[in-house]
Amino acid sequence: MNTSTSQASSRRSRRTRAAAIGITVCLGATLAACGSSNGSASSSASGGSGKVGVSLILKTLSNPYFVSMEKDAKTQAGKDNVSLTVAAGNSDGDTQTQITAIDNAISRGDKGILITTNGDAVNAALNRAKQAGLFVIALDTAPNPPSTADITYATDNEQAGKLIGQYAAAALNGKPAVIAMLDLFNNQVVSVDINRDHGFLEGMGIDPGSKTENGKEAKSGKYTGGKGGTYTIACHQPTQGAIDGGRTAMENCLSANPNINVVYAINEPAGEGAYNALKAAGKEKNVAVYAIDGSCSGLKNVTSGEFAADAVQYPGKMAALGVSSIAKLARGGSKPSVTNGKSFYDTGTALVAAKSLDGLTVQSPSQAASACWGS
Amino acid sequence: MTTHVDSEATPAPLEEFLNRPATLTQRIHSVLHRQPALSPAIVLVLAAVVFSLVNERFYALQNLSLIAQQVAVIGSLAVGQTVIILTAGIDLSIGAVMVLASLLMSKLVADNHLPGAVALLAGAAVAIAAQAVNGLLVTKIKLPPFIVTLGTLSVFTAITLIYAKGQTVALQPGNILMWTANTVSVGQLNLTNGVLLMIALYAVVGYALRYTAWGRHLYAVGDDIEAARLAGISVNRVLLSAYMVGGFAIAVGAWILVGRVGGGDPNSGLNANLQSITAVVIGGTSLFGGRGVVVGSLIGALIVQVFVNGLALAGIDPNYQVLAVGILVIAAVSVDQWIRKVKS
Repeated sequence: MNTSTSQASSRRSRRTRAAAIGITVCLGATLAACGSSNGSASSSASGGSGKVGVSLILKTLSNPYFVSMEKDAKTQAGKDNVSLTVAAGNSDGDTQTQITAIDNAISRGDKGILITTNGDAVNAALNRAKQAGLFVIALDTAPNPPSTADITYATDNEQAGKLIGQYAAAALNGKPAVIAMLDLFNNQVVSVDINRDHGFLEGMGIDPGSKTENGKEAKSGKYTGGKGGTYTIACHQPTQGAIDGGRTAMENCLSANPNINVVYAINEPAGEGAYNALKAAGKEKNVAVYAIDGSCSGLKNVTSGEFAADAVQYPGKMAALGVSSIAKLARGGSKPSVTNGKSFYDTGTALVAAKSLDGLTVQSPSQAASACWGS
Repeated sequence: MTTHVDSEATPAPLEEFLNRPATLTQRIHSVLHRQPALSPAIVLVLAAVVFSLVNERFYALQNLSLIAQQVAVIGSLAVGQTVIILTAGIDLSIGAVMVLASLLMSKLVADNHLPGAVALLAGAAVAIAAQAVNGLLVTKIKLPPFIVTLGTLSVFTAITLIYAKGQTVALQPGNILMWTANTVSVGQLNLTNGVLLMIALYAVVGYALRYTAWGRHLYAVGDDIEAARLAGISVNRVLLSAYMVGGFAIAVGAWILVGRVGGGDPNSGLNANLQSITAVVIGGTSLFGGRGVVVGSLIGALIVQVFVNGLALAGIDPNYQVLAVGILVIAAVSVDQWIRKVKS
């Protein structure tokens, strides 16, 4: 943690640059006010003295998962007297827009940053922010290395994958598994992609074969989850996490192997696209689709039987906790700490299914609905 | 459809120069020059034969049906993209407009409880209006199409996100917006209404380009805008019409996308801009304008999907699909350049 003097001095140098770049940004406020060391929300427009400035930087705003973060963060900001600035990349993987948003947070004198990082390219900017005395909280996914952020508030993606994997294995009841793996990308390594994929395989009782790459497990063999049995991996296809991508991927998988009976989907949209493809092929009754996310519409899909099970996560909770942590810290409170035994603060995950199975803790869709997000 | 393969992209007098070519290379060049869709057609057939030999499932009619369904959205957009590229323009916003239109259609039904037909017309109107904005910026303010559509790409994407708030919209089967997803069986081939709709779009626009004065003017403007102006063609009107025909094609694509997605999804169709350009380029239409046929773009889109599907069936890492598509694009542009070079 930086001392307040080093904070002030580093902030001053940053301020000089910011001032040089654009006095106009200050819109008539004096330079001193713009660079005031209490770091309260910047621009003259929001200038309440007790307000704490926080930047929420999301991956994109085209995904209800991140929109839910924005919504809950705004609600929390209202309660905690926080001046919240929201920024987002234009697409998944858009690091440049995020870097700009980080730099803006530093020049604005925000007390902290909440970020769902789009990739390693934002790390240098986050380090600049930490040096300038901002408290950096990663949401949803830890940066690489995790120390780039002061702390991460996330779901255990691997655990979420594991839950649906265990359910899939138990539901098979010893039958052979023919598995379609519908991943996120093939052209970028994203930890959520790897963690969920590997978690699912581990839950099924299949060795992922690699710590860092998808698709390295043995293509066939025995799974040890549930009653155990034989398995075949029919395909690994990228979906971009979207419905149309999920559909095309599933269609190609089905062409390659019409006997698929288990589908792992990286998220709910990919799972929905997969279900559309199965339905068009008249196979939706015999294939179980497993997804991760926990949106309100996803839970409805569990109720209707479109998804056999869904692992729910709580993006809004991550963002709201993040906002209040920074508010407390800025007002002299203590730093948040990680969950016991983990490298991050775990906001939890739960398994949701319409049918409960022996030996597994399962929430019903209606139980889970109280904490769901999106529409 | 096959009649359009035979259509000529260049005015007849040019053939006199190419009469009775002596060497084999010249003869091949002459044929390729007269029929821009021929080289991609050869690639498509070769690819299909190779993949059929590698995996017996590839040739299954069920699989070919899927490829047709998968190509319907990009295939429709590629019609619009072809018409615009024929004028020596380009449309980087085409996918963004489609996503906007598909979300609007879905939301009007799901949230505003309007009849499907009204929502469909509203979606089409918005797509055509959005393209008219592109066209007016190109013709009235004289901005390069690349810059205009780069800008409107962001504008239309932002409008979509503001409007959709990131949410997907699900539709009930039976709504007219879902009509494109209904299956039509032709023998063992299970096509969808969306595929037939796309084919109809190719027939209409292909006919208009080949047999109407509008089509001839479009080629003339794309080939040499000054010469076209001197010949008395109303250049701006032709350019504007190209973008609006693009808007119509986008509306068809949006309708088919709604059927495939089962509603509206702001994340679906994100790669459609570049995929449509890829299909057009592989399909033998020149990025420099004035040369190409729409059916080439359908073949181009099919080639991409055949590679993606064929490599997936063979169990090959998806990265190689991307690699194959990249090589195809470069090969297609090289062929185009070769054809032009030998000509001059």
